[in-house]
Amino acid sequence: MKLEKAKGQIEQPVVSYKDVNKSFGDLEVLKKLNLDIAPSEKVALIGPSGSGKTTIIRLLMTLEQPTSGLIKVNGDPLWHKEVNGEMVPADDKHLRKIRNNIGMVFQQFNLFPHMSILENVTTGPVHVLGIPKKEAQERAVTMLEKVGLGDKLDNYPVQLSGGQQQRVAIARAVVMQPRVMLFDEVTSALDPELVGEVLAVIKELAKETDMAMILVTHEMDFAYDVADRVVFLHNGQIEEAGSPKELFNKPKSARLKSFLSRFHSSSNEKIAM
Amino acid sequence: MTWDWEFAISVFPRILDAMWIALAATITAYILALVFGLFLTLARRSSFRPLALLTYGFIEFVRCTPPLVQLFFAFFALPTIGISLSPFVAGVTVLGIHYSTYISEVYRSGIDSVPKGQWEASTALNFSKAYTWVRVILPQAIPPVIPMLGNYLITMFKETPLLSAITVVEMLQTAKIIGSESFRYLEPFTIAGFLFLALSYPAAVLVRKLEDRMKLAYRK
Repeated sequence: MKLEKAKGQIEQPVVSYKDVNKSFGDLEVLKKLNLDIAPSEKVALIGPSGSGKTTIIRLLMTLEQPTSGLIKVNGDPLWHKEVNGEMVPADDKHLRKIRNNIGMVFQQFNLFPHMSILENVTTGPVHVLGIPKKEAQERAVTMLEKVGLGDKLDNYPVQLSGGQQQRVAIARAVVMQPRVMLFDEVTSALDPELVGEVLAVIKELAKETDMAMILVTHEMDFAYDVADRVVFLHNGQIEEAGSPKELFNKPKSARLKSFLSRFHSSSNEKIAM
Repeated sequence: MTWDWEFAISVFPRILDAMWIALAATITAYILALVFGLFLTLARRSSFRPLALLTYGFIEFVRCTPPLVQLFFAFFALPTIGISLSPFVAGVTVLGIHYSTYISEVYRSGIDSVPKGQWEASTALNFSKAYTWVRVILPQAIPPVIPMLGNYLITMFKETPLLSAITVVEMLQTAKIIGSESFRYLEPFTIAGFLFLALSYPAAVLVRKLEDRMKLAYRK
């Protein structure tokens, strides 16, 4: 009984989308999206551009507001809060409380150009988590060493390659110890030869962390390796979802088949294995 | 009338003294403009609509009325409702507020040039609004507009003769007084003009130097 209850708690999704719609003007980007993410689950969102996958994580990061529907983080509504049993729009204080659970890495890195690498990774823990500066620096250094940039502490972002900048951005987000990490096409802005180093860091991280991860990606190999579940989106709706093996080896829908056929060569070899 | 060196040298110290008044007025008004301008910029972007609209109205009102009218209003009209200011205080306040509306535009252009991703990264790291402004946005928004801000310092310095209209004895006023005492206008006005040039030109060079240094510091 007790065990069951404990299990029930574990089963509570860390993120849940219920009937979420998002429109930009006349354009419907998400249509009645329903999606649950379990704690420590790694979910890859794939699909053609314009299918709404980036919007899904931008809504969760509070960078966009849903047109309707409910998003919950750890069971708490994100854009609403309950006052006397009624749902009212969330205020800044509520958003900041919920947002503490979520971290994000962007396509364009978005490092702070006027701060050194160390400062970029230290400023969040010090200001937001209230960790003493010295301790925050130690944490940041450990984190930067882990992503292979322990020798760049005093450099500035502009002095680093794209791949290095993106690894700093990963360290900057992970050092905040969110429960959910969002990756928004993090290799799309990189030169092809720099993609590998960034994906390797994320794979390593995925292996050892119990954070949930939502990865928007065009790298099918990577999705296959990292994800527990792959979600294929088309026109703002989930067309097909399942384990990487199911999805990549036995795609059911014609749309997914046609989408995957565009990623021939290496992904197919892998899937054949 | 020919140039009289002896006369020029004899009146030079009086005009030089007046220069300090002009400088003091410029610097005080400039600091006021920098601080109040930033306040206007932030208030105009406030999510509290009435404040944003009120600020917008204020900026347009101040920019669309001549500074001389504002000076007369502050110095001659305000005392009738019980607010009397010394010429210097009235002049500095009006000049500072007038230019704060222009400087607020300069800040705005700087803020608009900060990439959207910087705001989004600040949200993703869960920074407070104040921290985002102070540590992320303004440090990137201000350095590129420092030359423009410096140009406004020079413009304001050259506007100080306006203050003579409300009896502040700055350089132009002093030169005029000397002229009416001695009936020699050539030397005092030339000296006043020369002093404006002597200060404005090095200031312009300094602004350019500062611009280069800011660029360097940014890329370190």
